[in-house]
Amino acid sequence: MSILNKSGEVGDLTEEPEMLDEALQDFRLSLHAWSESAYSWPRRAVEPGQRRVWRLATAWALVCVLAAGGASAGLWEHHRQEMKIAAARLVEQQRRLAAQQRARQEEEDLLAKVDLAGVDSDVSREVPSAMEPLAQLMAEDETR
Amino acid sequence: MATAREIAAEEFSAVVTKHRPQIFRFLLSSTRDVDLAETLTQECFLKAHRNWGSFRGESSAMTWLMRIAINLQKDHWRNRRLQFWRQTQSHAVDLDEASEWLPSGERSVEQQLLARERVQQVAKAVEGLSERQRTVFLLRYVEEMELSEIARATGLNEGTVKAHLSRALARVRAELGGRR
Repeated sequence: MSILNKSGEVGDLTEEPEMLDEALQDFRLSLHAWSESAYSWPRRAVEPGQRRVWRLATAWALVCVLAAGGASAGLWEHHRQEMKIAAARLVEQQRRLAAQQRARQEEEDLLAKVDLAGVDSDVSREVPSAMEPLAQLMAEDETR
Repeated sequence: MATAREIAAEEFSAVVTKHRPQIFRFLLSSTRDVDLAETLTQECFLKAHRNWGSFRGESSAMTWLMRIAINLQKDHWRNRRLQFWRQTQSHAVDLDEASEWLPSGERSVEQQLLARERVQQVAKAVEGLSERQRTVFLLRYVEEMELSEIARATGLNEGTVKAHLSRALARVRAELGGRR
């Protein structure tokens, strides 16, 4: 007896009953065959020892990755600090040079304002008394 | 002399041996995923084992187990909807492959091809059913359970079961090229 005939109480579904009946039978058969096959498939069991080896290898790999990561992070931090110190040194040096240059400039400006030629002549005219005769001789030579 | 606990354990063991393939088949038909069906089957029997003491035999053991399986499946859909779909999409066997399991019997090649095509069409229609319609349909046409058993397993009344079956069949027939 077909499934549909057996469940005749399910509304008006009597048209084309054979085709529907066959399709449902085939559907059922295919699912039964698939399930039977899948049910008897050997389940893949992993040996505990093998599993332990894998776990150990994974743990080691993880430890190595973490150690490498930590070391590289430390190196990077050290490098960053060095760079910061070098940059600070450079800035300080530049600041010092600029200050020196500014001082030098100020000195030059001050010197430029003073009449150096006048100072020289004033200084040359003031001859100590002990050197007076020699100075007179030189003056005479010049006039001659 | 065997204790009550030993007797219960033996009884349960017999129930597992007898009904495990059918529970697995129902879950496989519903999910089309062998691994998921296997997991849910294991969960079903684990739950059944925990509650074996409270089973009073008001329905058959099969109906009781099926009810647990349906609830587990429902929980799985509800709680992990996104993951379930992702998993189903990645592991579920497609319709072509499922129909390849159809036994050839004494059919000609042409008849086999026609039969496979029909199986694919039915599977496509079943895929498009609501969760409840699909459950009722599979219990009726794959597990060949009686309407009263389906009603007990699903917690629906018989009238509702009939209504779901009727809609599901109409959909299958439409897919097969008939009219609604």
